Amino acid sequence: MGSPTKTAAEHDDGAVGRRRFLTFLVAAPTLTLATTNLAPDGIGTAAAEAGVPGLPQPADIMDLGDVLILAGTPTAHLLVLEVTEDGEAHFELPRAEVGQGITTAVAMLVAEELDLPLSKVRVRLADARPELLMNQLTGGSNTIRSVYGPVRRTAAAARARLVAAASTRWDLSPDRLVTRDGAVVAPDGRTASYGSLTGLAATLPLPGLTVKPKPESEHTLVGTPTSRIDARAMVTGTMRYTLDLDVAGAKPTMVRRPPTINGTVRSVNNETAVRAMPGVIDLAVVPTGVAVMAETFGQALDAKDALDVTWNDGTVDALSDADIRKRLRAAALPFVVPPLLTRHVDAEFDFAFVSHAPLETNSAIADVRDDRAEIWAGLKSAIVAKQTIAAAIGLPEDRVTVHVRQSGGSFGRRLFFDGALEAAQISKAMARPVKLMWSRIDDMRHGRARPATHHKIRATYALGQVLTYEHRVAAVETDFRHGLGEILTATAARLPVAGNLSFAQTVFLTTVKVPYDFGVVTELLNEVPLKMHTASWRSVYSANTRGAEEILVDELAKRMGKDPVAFRRAFLKTDRQRRVLDKVAAAGNWGRTMPAGFAQGVGFHDEYKSCTACLVEIDARDPGKPRVVRAVIAADVGRPINPRGLEAQLLGGLTDAISTTLRAGLHIDRGLPLEGSYSQFHYARQKDSPTDVRIFIMPADGEPGGAGELGVPAAVGAIANAYARATGTSPRSFPINFDVDFTPFPR
Amino acid sequence: MPTYTFAVNGKTVTVEAPADMPLLWVLRDKLGVTGPKYGCGIDVCKACTSHLDGEAVNPCVVPVSEAAGRKVTTIEGLADGDTLHPVQEAWLEEDVAQCGYCQPGQIMAAVALLRKNRNPTDAEIDAIQNVCRCGTYFRIREAIKRAAAKM
Repeated sequence: MGSPTKTAAEHDDGAVGRRRFLTFLVAAPTLTLATTNLAPDGIGTAAAEAGVPGLPQPADIMDLGDVLILAGTPTAHLLVLEVTEDGEAHFELPRAEVGQGITTAVAMLVAEELDLPLSKVRVRLADARPELLMNQLTGGSNTIRSVYGPVRRTAAAARARLVAAASTRWDLSPDRLVTRDGAVVAPDGRTASYGSLTGLAATLPLPGLTVKPKPESEHTLVGTPTSRIDARAMVTGTMRYTLDLDVAGAKPTMVRRPPTINGTVRSVNNETAVRAMPGVIDLAVVPTGVAVMAETFGQALDAKDALDVTWNDGTVDALSDADIRKRLRAAALPFVVPPLLTRHVDAEFDFAFVSHAPLETNSAIADVRDDRAEIWAGLKSAIVAKQTIAAAIGLPEDRVTVHVRQSGGSFGRRLFFDGALEAAQISKAMARPVKLMWSRIDDMRHGRARPATHHKIRATYALGQVLTYEHRVAAVETDFRHGLGEILTATAARLPVAGNLSFAQTVFLTTVKVPYDFGVVTELLNEVPLKMHTASWRSVYSANTRGAEEILVDELAKRMGKDPVAFRRAFLKTDRQRRVLDKVAAAGNWGRTMPAGFAQGVGFHDEYKSCTACLVEIDARDPGKPRVVRAVIAADVGRPINPRGLEAQLLGGLTDAISTTLRAGLHIDRGLPLEGSYSQFHYARQKDSPTDVRIFIMPADGEPGGAGELGVPAAVGAIANAYARATGTSPRSFPINFDVDFTPFPR
Repeated sequence: MPTYTFAVNGKTVTVEAPADMPLLWVLRDKLGVTGPKYGCGIDVCKACTSHLDGEAVNPCVVPVSEAAGRKVTTIEGLADGDTLHPVQEAWLEEDVAQCGYCQPGQIMAAVALLRKNRNPTDAEIDAIQNVCRCGTYFRIREAIKRAAAKM
């Protein structure tokens, strides 16, 4: 086992050596790793009385998170924790913080295990570390699930070493010592601060040291609502995002992009004139367009707009929404069960492309020299970014340093590192450090999006039972060529024959499942590979697939003469699920009388060993301008680490669902999205947001489940169902109100 | 090139810039004041919301020449040393921020609203157009109400 190439101390203050007393890499015993819980969750327990239990679906047995945990297990304990001389704990998290609150949750785990005040724990994002293999990917709602055990065991090892150091110093048995508030305390009241012990703790030979995290029943911080550790920096404007960094010599750079997706430069027709514009420093043709560097971004923007470029065709120039929809309909696999002998419900649904549209546009800083390179960017798959960039600029991997920066949103977008790669290519071409920023228009049109999907669902029923349930999903290919975050699996995903499509099937099968006992259930995906820029979008396949299913469940309930909540209650598989549904029904006063044009709607979702229900009330008196006015959400995530952060994630999921169900999407027109800013891509604003939101987190019981993406699908169902009841319509195409109500920007 | 003199967060600065250069780039690229963020460049997302003589403006569409002789306040200038503005305090108490990128603009918009209207209604809060892509709107609303109660 090697040592980390960089440490927290080296990055934070340049101090190395003597101050770095307790940096260690913990290899937990194999037996400890075996605690990874792969037992199917709730299957076969407390089956619903009314439902016909079917075979478990793949995602019931092993979900995507389990796959990611398994892939990361061999390196799960290569975590760097340092106890400094001034008594702080510094932890390097090999993940990307993009707003989801993982740095706070991890700081809480460290503080809890070390008996250290939270304010003394610092969490920084680790640089790309190829030795972590598949354990530096941020996705699949997997961070807390995958680090919960390893972080606690690492911190517990640190605590045990500090106690051992005090025991040596005082010549007292370690089991007579306790830890409290960042110090080891002896029975006679003597205390030794961690800072005073860290040097000794790092050097003690402790071959027989046993390490055991605290029992969860003794947790005092974990599980309590806690504010973000970086909140003050955010509200005072001192938080440094990528473009706020001052990297010596890195100048503002923007790229003029083609009029259609993946177009390339044929010729630049006015290079001399543009080079002479105020502030312009340099210009270079790169694979994605024409890069312009200037003294300020304002000047770079003016210069890129002034460029006269002749373009080669892109990869989807002839494609528009109508063609894509036709291809998706043709691609949906046929049903197996003919609707002859039983009663049935059939429905088809369409979902538009949706931009990730994080508020911080694609951006990166790159400093590429002849013999080395350094990159700064928000990266959810930092290792494969490093490996790909090294290959692209012709440097050995170990000569490329990739710093992961906390960033302004992702929603799946930063699984891809196209900004960082582009910045590196520009820096190499210009032989200067580059500060690259994408314009909003480019970010929306040439960035990535959730692919459009088409859904066919058929359910058959008789004698109060749902007998069969079939769902056929046809989707434009979701790009998974980031693999599991490193080059081996990324290469597998890039294989020309079935590489990405096979990857997609696995993601689909390990995430999507029906939470109801609906007899014989099949859910099948068929993807249409189009050369467009796509990526997983918060909750990947589930937002549309499960959202559509929750709409169909309401229609099925109606046909079978049941109330939507009572129907779900009867067919849900476990009591745990029913408790969550019951919570929103009671707290949301389900069934209360609403004025004309208003209605309630409910949705349910189970994924990543967590489940959630959402109840909304909508004001659709004007069906063209509906507003969700009230929402009640309940979630059972097994074990919440920071309920306050979890509520924030569920609130974000609700807003995503409001946006994508009612108004936000992209129109594809002759090879390019029409939308180019938030005035056109109608992500919700304050006026679209409910004035009353209540979120309930169920008490801890078990291991942490996934939570970052959980909130979207149930809310999609609830909102669509509320809209349907309020307006007496059956929405089938989303977003529901999707006119081109703007003049597109020039291409 | 012309020069312009104005105050940024209480300090007088003089910059050399074309008259039509948006104030956002003067602040960020010439003065190193990075609290105001780029999100759209066309006064749509409002992430750069700051104050010009106490009024909310969007520096991405304010030419630097308009700032001459006036007072620019960005998020960095809102607190009084270590003492936060009540709106910032309310933001911490409600734990509003997720990614945090839009929050300087959200806070500056809220401060401007509360300056004009000490007790805004829901409908008045709805008029704030700043985009929050993480969808924190409900907590923003609660924080504005909390700040109004403090002030």
